[in-house]
Amino acid sequence: MIKTQLLLTVNGREHEVWVRNDRTLLDVLHDDLGMPDVRYGCNEGVCGTCTVLLDGSPVSACTLYAVQAEGHEVVTLRGWSDPTEEPHPLQKAFLERGASQCGFCTAGMLLTASHLAEERPEATREDIRHELVGNLCRCTGYTSIVDAVEAYLQQREGGQG
Amino acid sequence: MSQQMTRAAEPDRTPATCFEYQRAESWQDAVELLSLWEGEAKILAGGQSLVPMLNLRLAFPAALIDVNPIPTAEPYVDDGHLVLPALTRHSVLARSELVRRHAPLLSHAVQFVGNVRVRNRGTVGGSLSHADPTAEIAAVVLAMGGTITVLGRNGTRTIPAGDFFVTYLTTALAEDEVVTGVRLPLAGGSSWGFHEVVRRYSDFATVSVSVAAPEVDPAGLRVVLGGVADRPLLVGGDLLDPVLQAPDDPEAARTAATRIAASITPDSDLHGSADHKRHLVAVHTRRLLEQVLGDAGRNA
Repeated sequence: MIKTQLLLTVNGREHEVWVRNDRTLLDVLHDDLGMPDVRYGCNEGVCGTCTVLLDGSPVSACTLYAVQAEGHEVVTLRGWSDPTEEPHPLQKAFLERGASQCGFCTAGMLLTASHLAEERPEATREDIRHELVGNLCRCTGYTSIVDAVEAYLQQREGGQG
Repeated sequence: MSQQMTRAAEPDRTPATCFEYQRAESWQDAVELLSLWEGEAKILAGGQSLVPMLNLRLAFPAALIDVNPIPTAEPYVDDGHLVLPALTRHSVLARSELVRRHAPLLSHAVQFVGNVRVRNRGTVGGSLSHADPTAEIAAVVLAMGGTITVLGRNGTRTIPAGDFFVTYLTTALAEDEVVTGVRLPLAGGSSWGFHEVVRRYSDFATVSVSVAAPEVDPAGLRVVLGGVADRPLLVGGDLLDPVLQAPDDPEAARTAATRIAASITPDSDLHGSADHKRHLVAVHTRRLLEQVLGDAGRNA
């Protein structure tokens, strides 16, 4: 099948790739560009493990073809919080409350929750649950995750006030 | 055998689904491309139903026509209608002040569509064209008496929502036609109610009930049921007679809801048996009718 040459902007860097039309953004980020912080899960947009930010908003990389991402800014977990630097305050909140166990869902949780914090700093516990409902976690039972996001929102509120 | 050979030749994780990918820069482009493919192409809008179907090998279109490059406007008001361009994403509907003011029922119901990632990509036109009988947007557009604007080789035509949904995943769209927008009568002062029952939060609705009562004309009360038939179901006018004759009587709401539930023949499936769905319809229709007619009475 014919491959298309693309220029993908991921985490502020440009990557030139040759992809088949039917390769999803997840296929290309994970398999071709070797980004393990974007993970294979359900492949139907339900579980949230392949969450990336597309022009700042969370999307499922498995329901977007790579050819569609050209001309858009893609950010993965590592672009959002550089692993060689201090953890992001939201990551610290996750660590302090045991909101990450096996870690498979964590990248998607963090990106989705950080977007919520930007959009709606006043979000309630119910809002947090509503926003994170599309990110499945099989370890924590969610309570510690909601706790961590709530603590982070309160901390930001305090910091700004 | 052939599948194994394909896999050996292509070591990639996802086996090829083999489609041509074409970008439409305008709706006219999309129509021309649809015509060229003679029914073998699918329009790719938000991709939140279509791409999972391709990933799961449930659909095999020869080509995908990506309409995302087409420039789109925000929702706007025109001649007594709220106009939603087809590429309006659910997240835009959910936070639009204009939609909240003129279509509060839609503004409320859209937050139950999928999850946040689905709402960030999914579009109004895509949801309507997909025609899932449990879809929130289809039910609400029908309840609000909306019309769907489509473009084809022979030009533009408008289809009332009641005629648009034919059966499961099937609409009145011709092979060369694409949805370009939706027009909803302004419903700023109207009373409305929406409830959906789901097995898991964010999942497809087991049953949904939408109720819309225009401010000016209580007889225009419309009730739409989702998930109980092969398409969103507009409840026949005579079934609502009890509440129209005695809007203040809770017993009338109960009578109407019971009759409505008895009139439907839902399928039994993993989400629930037919009897269970009828029960859910009876309960939630009664509650919403009481609420909506109560609101209407207070507003009067």
